[in-house]
Amino acid sequence: MNCKKIEGKWIAYLDGKASPSERREVESHLALCSDCRQRAEEYRAMWELLDQEPQILPSPSFDAAVRARVATEPPRGRWFWLLPSPRLAFAVSMLLLLSVWIASRPVVVAPTPAATTGAGQLGGEADFRMINDLQVLENYDVVSNFDALSDLPASSGAPSQPSTQPPSHM
Amino acid sequence: MARSDVQLMLEVKAGDEASFELLLRKYRIPLVNFLYRMVRDQGMAEDLAQEVFLRVYRARQDYAPSAKFTTWMFRIATNLALNALRDGRHRQQEISMDRPIETGEDAAVPWEVPDRRPGVEYEMIRRDRAIFIRRAIAQLPEKQRAAVLLHKYQELDYDEIARILECSESALKSLLFRAYETLRVQLAPLVGQSAAVGETGESGS
Repeated sequence: MNCKKIEGKWIAYLDGKASPSERREVESHLALCSDCRQRAEEYRAMWELLDQEPQILPSPSFDAAVRARVATEPPRGRWFWLLPSPRLAFAVSMLLLLSVWIASRPVVVAPTPAATTGAGQLGGEADFRMINDLQVLENYDVVSNFDALSDLPASSGAPSQPSTQPPSHM
Repeated sequence: MARSDVQLMLEVKAGDEASFELLLRKYRIPLVNFLYRMVRDQGMAEDLAQEVFLRVYRARQDYAPSAKFTTWMFRIATNLALNALRDGRHRQQEISMDRPIETGEDAAVPWEVPDRRPGVEYEMIRRDRAIFIRRAIAQLPEKQRAAVLLHKYQELDYDEIARILECSESALKSLLFRAYETLRVQLAPLVGQSAAVGETGESGS
């Protein structure tokens, strides 16, 4: 006797909620299986027993406790519709942070190879690069020999020399 | 004419506090009992039930009746209960892996079939039986326990319970079958005793 076949329909059958075909299947099995008939009786007795477990009542302060918790909730309404959705707000704030971060990054440029023009004249951009090159300030030979600062270095890697801005000793 | 739960909730959404009171009064006993039978501690059960109502209230602005109100509410309650049980279990692990969490009145009563001697007061029998039944339910695995409680005591439909437990209807029926098979065996001693108590003549009740 394959009792497992009706397991999936058992509860619904006993609940009176089985479909007609399910009911027929269980009833045909019950007609042939005394174990399952016994089981059905035991289920009914068990469910009656479970009904006997009494309910408990909430304590007298329960309602007041709920109201107290609810009272601490911030009111929502009038201004709420102005707020963007949380996801949109998050995305926008991340973009803002990213652009601020990008803008605050120092422009790091490797020392440029010498551009040997005749006059050794430096463009504004080159000035900016050299000012940012801290090796200039740290190189005593360079800063001590300030008159030569108008000359561009002959090779890459040599410290650049600002022409217009006097170094300030720190 | 009584308003439906969904109607009441929509009125809460519109700012009607009195409708929230009606929901509170309607569901506080079922919720506290469900949670008590899940977590076995009345204080904790009431705390969790208050949290359920708070979350229902909090969600009022976004409430859209896509499911039955009881499905939604008991889903919140079930998740809170399962989380509380898991938290409790982590704390208990150092004490004993095997001993179930026992608090309140259950803790003092030994796990045995109630005394059948004649002369024992009927109420004492009833009390012991209630504890015996509660113990049997408490010993079920948590998801089976929730399934039984929602099925037997809340009388929810299978599709509702399946949504609450986040499983298919067929998985739910299988869960219920396994749970009730366990209870059938555990409660068998009491089933025989029910007949005996009936014969001694209970008056009233």
